[in-house]
Amino acid sequence: MSNSIDPIPPLRYPSPSRRAWLRFKRNRLGYVSLLLFCGLLVVSLFAELVSNDRPLVVVYQGQTYFPMWKDYPETTFGGDFTTPTDYLDPFIRQRLQQTGNWALFAPNHYGPKTLNYFAAEPNPSGPSRANWLGTDDRGRDLLAQLIYGFRVSVLFALALTVSGVVLGVITGAIQGFFGGKTDLAFQRFIEVWSAMPELYLLIIFSAVFAPSIALLLVLLSLFGWMGLSDYVRAEFLRNRQLDYVRAARALGVSDWKIIVRHVLPNSMTPVVTFLPFRMSGAILALTSLDFLGLGVPPGTPSLGELLSQGKNNIDAWWISLSTFAVLVITLLLLTLMGDALRDALDPRKAEQ
Amino acid sequence: MTRIGPDVMPSAPQPVSALTPLLHVQGLRVSFGGREVVHGIDFEIFPGEKLALVGESGSGKTVTALSLLGLTQGALVKGIARFGPVPGASVELLTLPAQKMQAIRGQDISMIFQEPMTALNPLFTIGEQIAEVLQLKIGLAPVESAQRAIKLIADTGIEEPGRRAGAYPHQLSGGQRQRAMIAMALACHPQLLLADEPTTALDVTVRKQILDLLTQQQKSRGMAVLLITHDLNLVRSFADRVAVMENGYIVEQGRVADIFAAPQHPYTRRLIDSRPVRDVVEPVANAPVALSARGVRVAYPVPRPGIRGWLKSGEFVAVSGADLDLACGQTLGVVGESGSGKSTLALAALGLLKFDGTLAVLGQSWGTARDRVLRKSVQVVFQDPFASLSPRMTVEAIVGEGLLVHEPALSAVARRDRVWTALSEVGLDETQFPGLLQRYPHQFSGGQRQRIAIARALIVQPRLLVLDEPTSALDVTMGKQILQLLQRLQRERGLAYLLITHDVAVIRAMAHQVLVMRGGKIVESGPVAQVFEHPQQEYTRILLAAVE
Repeated sequence: MSNSIDPIPPLRYPSPSRRAWLRFKRNRLGYVSLLLFCGLLVVSLFAELVSNDRPLVVVYQGQTYFPMWKDYPETTFGGDFTTPTDYLDPFIRQRLQQTGNWALFAPNHYGPKTLNYFAAEPNPSGPSRANWLGTDDRGRDLLAQLIYGFRVSVLFALALTVSGVVLGVITGAIQGFFGGKTDLAFQRFIEVWSAMPELYLLIIFSAVFAPSIALLLVLLSLFGWMGLSDYVRAEFLRNRQLDYVRAARALGVSDWKIIVRHVLPNSMTPVVTFLPFRMSGAILALTSLDFLGLGVPPGTPSLGELLSQGKNNIDAWWISLSTFAVLVITLLLLTLMGDALRDALDPRKAEQ
Repeated sequence: MTRIGPDVMPSAPQPVSALTPLLHVQGLRVSFGGREVVHGIDFEIFPGEKLALVGESGSGKTVTALSLLGLTQGALVKGIARFGPVPGASVELLTLPAQKMQAIRGQDISMIFQEPMTALNPLFTIGEQIAEVLQLKIGLAPVESAQRAIKLIADTGIEEPGRRAGAYPHQLSGGQRQRAMIAMALACHPQLLLADEPTTALDVTVRKQILDLLTQQQKSRGMAVLLITHDLNLVRSFADRVAVMENGYIVEQGRVADIFAAPQHPYTRRLIDSRPVRDVVEPVANAPVALSARGVRVAYPVPRPGIRGWLKSGEFVAVSGADLDLACGQTLGVVGESGSGKSTLALAALGLLKFDGTLAVLGQSWGTARDRVLRKSVQVVFQDPFASLSPRMTVEAIVGEGLLVHEPALSAVARRDRVWTALSEVGLDETQFPGLLQRYPHQFSGGQRQRIAIARALIVQPRLLVLDEPTSALDVTMGKQILQLLQRLQRERGLAYLLITHDVAVIRAMAHQVLVMRGGKIVESGPVAQVFEHPQQEYTRILLAAVE
């Protein structure tokens, strides 16, 4: 027993969130996956520093230039034209290597749209010292495409997962918690809504509007919440009549607080279980729409577009194999992380 | 610990076969994933004998029975269990190949379970399920087996056996389902029946009938019964010998009369006097009224069949015309079987259900703007301590929640202080449980959880506590402690209790006044002494007789 003069007594036990993190770390596979995935994500978020056709810094004749942020005409570096400099041009390369001049390039010398005009072989060309993973059928560097494509895919999947989960949980919670007529009306609405042909709508919209990632996100979000909503609804229906909810009602806790503090945390199992699958599902959805040509605008680096190139150039094994490898590794990491996350969020898991 | 020899064998119908035990278990050990739950137990059952295996939940008694039939999946079972249906030709059950075990199960040894609703297949009629056993085990033809099934059902005392054989499990009452289970278990004339808590899931008035049925069948067939139970009273009236189990050990065994007359082991003694003791505050004259009800009626809408259901829903009346008065500092017991409407009455008293009539707590009725304030004065403790605490909240969050609602101005420090006070009042503190506040409910036993639930109710300092079967889900010794805690709290705080229970012994120990409910109506009410000594209604008499 503490007396009232004491400050809050120090806790010998770690806090609940700390214990959740410890449970997560105990799943080695999941923990390593998280580290790897975060590493890949950080690399792809800073893709411009990793894979870029422009040098990060150039010191030319005593002056410092930052071509990554600013366009300089070729004349700056002793070229003949006022067009923006192509830093991969052997002539410019040579100028930059003169004594007193230097340039700091990214490890991979190509951006997502850079064409390699100086390839030794016809496009698509195989892996070489210039293009580590080869080029695609237009002469763009495959490694650069994969890095940028991974970034687009993961960010898109994150956004789609968040919007889907938020919509699904909110609608499921409303139906399950209030039940009765609310539930009935909402269920009928979902039945009508889910009968809409999603793919046709996508095709129609991609014909009417200029294709963009934002449009795709909105369209997929509109139809992606229903599955999760049903699971959350079922959990809410089960949990709302349990004794701890009754006890909270008897204490006078408001509906909103009961949902947030009592029912929701106990209804998150399907949400958390499906989280990695939703994420990988979203990546696959974007990839397959790109594959069909209904996805991101042309020119945007994308895994689906690469797969479609792999299909069209079946002998260029480096395209399909490396894209396939990126997809498999991403989806695998997500699934392993999901397992660890589910363990972490369940306090009933034994703590050893 | 006394080993019973053949000379003291009670009531064996065939004294010759009594010389050799029907089942001889020696050094039985069962472990799950490296954790041993049964630590080398020895016992014997003689033909025609009734042995009771008594213990609290988690003592390993059910696992013992299941391991004898090879039904413990994933368990490592060691020891000897020699089963000799024919003298001289015994089999070793624990090392028996699966196929031979299959032949013994349901034929020489059969089993009945606690919950007949889940033990019977809901998709087949009980007649079909019993006939299936006969076809599989004896190889009867379908027509013949169906006729035999009807006869077996008739033997168990189910009325209209021909019609009932065509009924699905959900169409029968709990008692009838258990009778059907018994019929199925006895279909092949087993030598040994393992009965795992056969009456626990049933209403008190039905329990006695099922036990009588088991006794009668046991006598007429001369089979041996291993009764697994937590209820010593059951043992007293049923068994010949008893083995008391605690934490995977048999701590004491012997004849029922001997054990009850002179229990040797302290655990046995504790079990025997786990009957709650009456210890109530003297009622104060002219105490203010804590809860009063006049003509309370609660009805649930139920869908009507067919097209009529589209237009109008029917209603199921759970409680009607309930009048009651409960004075501050006193206990009003409400007793009845499942479905009698007593829990509905509790929810109505808590203002959690819509009802007709008047129901006032401390002179103020529900349904006004001051409901929120009123909630502070009336709190609840539910039956199942596993369902009544949110598994994802820490003890501090659970107990402190009421303060967030009713005293939001309290600082975090003061709130934690109040949580400590409430917890120590129910007998939980940091020295017993390091990191108590940050623990989750699953880290506590049932009784400790029930204490947490009581602390959650007490922290807002209510005047009236609704206790909905507060000890029914607990082991007997734990239940007794909880009742003692509640008695102490009533004395110290002058709490009024509305005590809902099916257990007459709990009412006897706790209540000043009692209501007997049946089918949603109050059939009898009055002071405990008067109602229990001179019951006016036949139903009350049955209820009282069931626990004697």
